[in-house]
Amino acid sequence: MGKTVSEKILSQTSGTEAYAGDIVVANVGAAMAHDGTAMLAIEAFQEMDGKRLWDPSRAVFVLDHVSPSANENFSKVHKEMREFASKHGANFYEVGSGVCHQLMVEYGYAQPGALVVGADSHTCMYGAIGAFATGIGSTEMAAVFLSGKLWFKIPETLRINLEGSLQPLVTPKDVILKVAGTVKADGATYQAIEFHGSAIKEMSVEGRLTLSNMAVEMGAKAGIIEPDEKTINYLSGLGFSPSRGFMSDEDARFSEILDFNVSDLEPQMACPHAVDNVKSISDMEGVEVNQVFLGSCTNGRIEDLRLAAGILKGHNVKSGIRMIVVPASRRVFLQALREGLIEIFLNSGCAVCNPGCGPCVGAHQGVLAPGEVCLSTSNRNFRGRMGCMEADIYLASPATAAATAIRGEITDPRDLVKPSGVK
Amino acid sequence: MSSLIQGKAWKFGDDINTDLIMPGKYKLSITNLDELSRHAMEGLMPDFAEKFRRDDLIVAGRNFGCGSSREQAPLVLKHLGVSAIIAKSFARIFYRNSVNLGLPVIECKDADEIRDRDSLQVDLERGLIKNLTQKKEYPIKPIHPAVWQILQNGGLVNYVKKHGKLPW
Repeated sequence: MGKTVSEKILSQTSGTEAYAGDIVVANVGAAMAHDGTAMLAIEAFQEMDGKRLWDPSRAVFVLDHVSPSANENFSKVHKEMREFASKHGANFYEVGSGVCHQLMVEYGYAQPGALVVGADSHTCMYGAIGAFATGIGSTEMAAVFLSGKLWFKIPETLRINLEGSLQPLVTPKDVILKVAGTVKADGATYQAIEFHGSAIKEMSVEGRLTLSNMAVEMGAKAGIIEPDEKTINYLSGLGFSPSRGFMSDEDARFSEILDFNVSDLEPQMACPHAVDNVKSISDMEGVEVNQVFLGSCTNGRIEDLRLAAGILKGHNVKSGIRMIVVPASRRVFLQALREGLIEIFLNSGCAVCNPGCGPCVGAHQGVLAPGEVCLSTSNRNFRGRMGCMEADIYLASPATAAATAIRGEITDPRDLVKPSGVK
Repeated sequence: MSSLIQGKAWKFGDDINTDLIMPGKYKLSITNLDELSRHAMEGLMPDFAEKFRRDDLIVAGRNFGCGSSREQAPLVLKHLGVSAIIAKSFARIFYRNSVNLGLPVIECKDADEIRDRDSLQVDLERGLIKNLTQKKEYPIKPIHPAVWQILQNGGLVNYVKKHGKLPW
């Protein structure tokens, strides 16, 4: 019987012939924890009498969630993580390096065909390059630190076919919001998603990362895209010699197959307070905002910054509104500097912050006030997400974010830019 | 851990996410568990931590614990004395985290029938929930042996302390 990508990776890493529903113990290729989750893992590791990491070269610690630290408690967490990583010889990414998920790709911990775990729900992002990557908790991360192994129930796979070509200024973010609004917040729980179709083939690897990043917003364990030439070129460009990874067999069994045509798709938005509360932008235009956030593991990459800067160029962020720009990594920041994008953001009146998670988790760099509205390019708009229970968050693309910052109200980017005028 | 659990139901709805169970701003800024627990479920019921009675149960609808992987979400519930969570379904990471902390998570398709403050008796070994208030019984989805082994030992850390090795 044929296998899905998930079945192949979990079979290979567990040394078994496994199919959906089987439980396997698999060898983990890399494991990551950040300043929001690492402390509980370190404490559990010590309680389990852990003496050394199973393989320090495969353990990754990142300071990104509240980075630089905003108060004494965070500072203590950062200090203990630094000391733990140093003592055990693990990989450690200091304040200002970037969002953990972006670093896991840029530094090659995630590769096609690899099994990667992270103590963060958006670990599923590396599925975009053909890894089986999934979020786990802190206690089980401690078990991985001890043994390099973890048990997995092999998920069934929901196949999502995306056909057609996106219109100008309609982005992969709009695609994944449309999909999440259709599949709903628990529509893929316990399952992997595989994204297929001509729209995926056309999509850049950065766009695919945006798609896979949000698979967990439908409850999915992984969001997988078969590696192709684009994947190999992208990873080669980062300095790696990637393997080809795995493709699903023709006779692989899928739990369900969903078809979308993206050719007529309008910009989409997730409205308060759920990621699956998705509407087309034409239904939401005119809603006034106080803050716009461009960044995060979902949309803080160079293509996102290019798209937003292309719209902002020659415009100002509307008076009374603030726009916060956070490149996803130091590499992205440097590239944006070289291309003059940071200058465009600063000239438009944006606040540009250091690479990291920025205001996405509601702990620093743009916490909202009661009654305020934020349009964010991140992945979650739950009540309280950006630090205030009485604030509203809308999720949208970098193009919509830039257009909205200029007008101060939710704006279809196509109203501001004629398609021929972009890039 | 005993396989018999008894207490009153504290009822919540569908898609209860971890930002509602344990807002990120506290999770990241408070390291003391007593203090952190005071904010449990704050987004849904601001005085939950104060009012919740140790050994009672949480009952919810679909997709309980969706969102972030933060283990602080089940951790504060366990710390407040939640004896079990019954839901129509759970988000995957929350489910695993709860098991690893020794907090029973029970899937029951009839969870909607349970009303707020109903008296419940759960028999994990027999796979049955008794609603003493409504005089009804609901079957529960059998707990996987691998999961039961961890729960019975009070979570993964306690398992390792007791057995000197991981269960896998």
